[in-house]
Amino acid sequence: MSALPLIAHERPEAVLAYRAGAPISARRFLSEARALADRLPAGAHVLNLCADRYRFTVGLAASLLRAKCSLLPPSYTPEVIRQLRCFAPDTFCLTDDAQCAVDLPRMLYRESEPCAEAAPDTSEWSVPRIDAAQSAAYVFTSGSTGAPLPHHKSWGRLVQSVRLEALRLAPIDRGGCAILGTVPAQHMYGFESTVLLPLQSAGALCAERAFFPADIAAGLQALPRPRALFTTPVHLRSLLAAEVALPQTDLIVSATAMLTANLAREVEDRYGAPLLEIYGSTETGQIAARRTALELEWRLWQGVRLERRDERCWAQGGHIEQLTPMADVIELKGEERFVLHGRTSDLVNIAGKRSSLAYLNFQLNAIPGVQDGAFFVREDEPASLAGVTRLAALVVAPSLDTPALLERLRERIDPVFLPRPLLRVQALPRNETGKLPQQLLRRLVAQAAAQAPDLFA
Amino acid sequence: MEQAIPKPTTTSADALELEIAQLIVQGLNLPMSAAQIDPEAPLYGEGLGLDSIDILEIALIVSKQYGIVLRADNQENERIFRSLRLFSQYVAAHRTK
Repeated sequence: MSALPLIAHERPEAVLAYRAGAPISARRFLSEARALADRLPAGAHVLNLCADRYRFTVGLAASLLRAKCSLLPPSYTPEVIRQLRCFAPDTFCLTDDAQCAVDLPRMLYRESEPCAEAAPDTSEWSVPRIDAAQSAAYVFTSGSTGAPLPHHKSWGRLVQSVRLEALRLAPIDRGGCAILGTVPAQHMYGFESTVLLPLQSAGALCAERAFFPADIAAGLQALPRPRALFTTPVHLRSLLAAEVALPQTDLIVSATAMLTANLAREVEDRYGAPLLEIYGSTETGQIAARRTALELEWRLWQGVRLERRDERCWAQGGHIEQLTPMADVIELKGEERFVLHGRTSDLVNIAGKRSSLAYLNFQLNAIPGVQDGAFFVREDEPASLAGVTRLAALVVAPSLDTPALLERLRERIDPVFLPRPLLRVQALPRNETGKLPQQLLRRLVAQAAAQAPDLFA
Repeated sequence: MEQAIPKPTTTSADALELEIAQLIVQGLNLPMSAAQIDPEAPLYGEGLGLDSIDILEIALIVSKQYGIVLRADNQENERIFRSLRLFSQYVAAHRTK
């Protein structure tokens, strides 16, 4: 069985990460990963919640060295944690937050001396190799029946995926590129592009997660060139809205939700850097990219193919483990190009977090006291400054007041999907087949808004 | 996308608190009126129930309105998002316009 190196850095002094602008060498990283690997608990599954991206990466490397599999669920609500315990009862949580209250056995991880290259490390330089077939991660989607669906990621496929990604993202393909991310390492996009990509392209990750516009500017300023920003449409809009100046950046990458060509052009004009957009799914990982300001068509990673069967498009080849249906409406344009026409109707994407109406409805209706309830998309609502439109929900639950209902819901679903507004009704406008026409739902909301305008700002 | 934001005219802490509450309710499309926000309740998570995207929106609003620059590594963040009152006090102390 083949084995692939944990990192692509060829020299011990190569920079693998930056924290507060200070470089951390590949040698130090490997020695910290080996030391942590010796201390990890016995369980074979790990929920790595380290918010610091460097610590997350040390945790991932230590887990790989001990053949432990990382779990990446879509959220950390008590209900999802309970489901993780059912999926893998030996799961433990690795965290860098002493206040972490996740209901799993927890191990607190903080390096003894962060940042500093302490005493000269004289350990022998050798890069560990990990069996390509080893289970590196399970990434979960929310599914439609209430239980998260696991998607298996072997080490070999993950490595292949980000090596194919690097080929498309100059200057990352040349190695030594510093990468700043606004997405957490625990999200599939952040996991691939801000953790695995720097490891496998001999680049450098940035320990801090940039969040506010001023963080992005300062974070990039602290990194040497070539430097790249991996972000989302929400953060790009917030950068433009805040009118923040960025230092010269060599590449900007966006994913999680579709960019418009207008936004892409505005970003390229303002910051003078090419903006590449990545397309993928939790099931397949990333599979294609495009220069959104200049082209409509996406180009697949080398070796990946899309094929139309029944109504859907299926992906295979390259790093994809098995033939996988895509949840988007896709128009094929030859062997390696396609146009994306949006998502199928049940799927929702709020600020880059994905779920399905079926899943959200299941969770709402599983709350004791809820007789009927449904989420829906408010297309009439104007987007906010950062361009985010929230979901709304109608619910029949005479015995629960609204704060109690929201509290129960918060235990089950990611807060980004909490309804705004949550409307109390006597009955849902179901048609004869039990379906809820979206038009009727919107009319009900309009009526409620007319009756209580102060609830609708 | 440009939203109508009233010009700041406040002189007292209470008025600033209400003004910020109005900006938040308006900017985030919250299903409530400004006066309904409990000034002592947490803004984030339980309480008002805002999430990290809301916090990003609030950062944009207060940067446009008051010239406040929020940073993720600010040790005070946990404290200032603990309630509308504390947030309002932070704005009063750091506003540049």
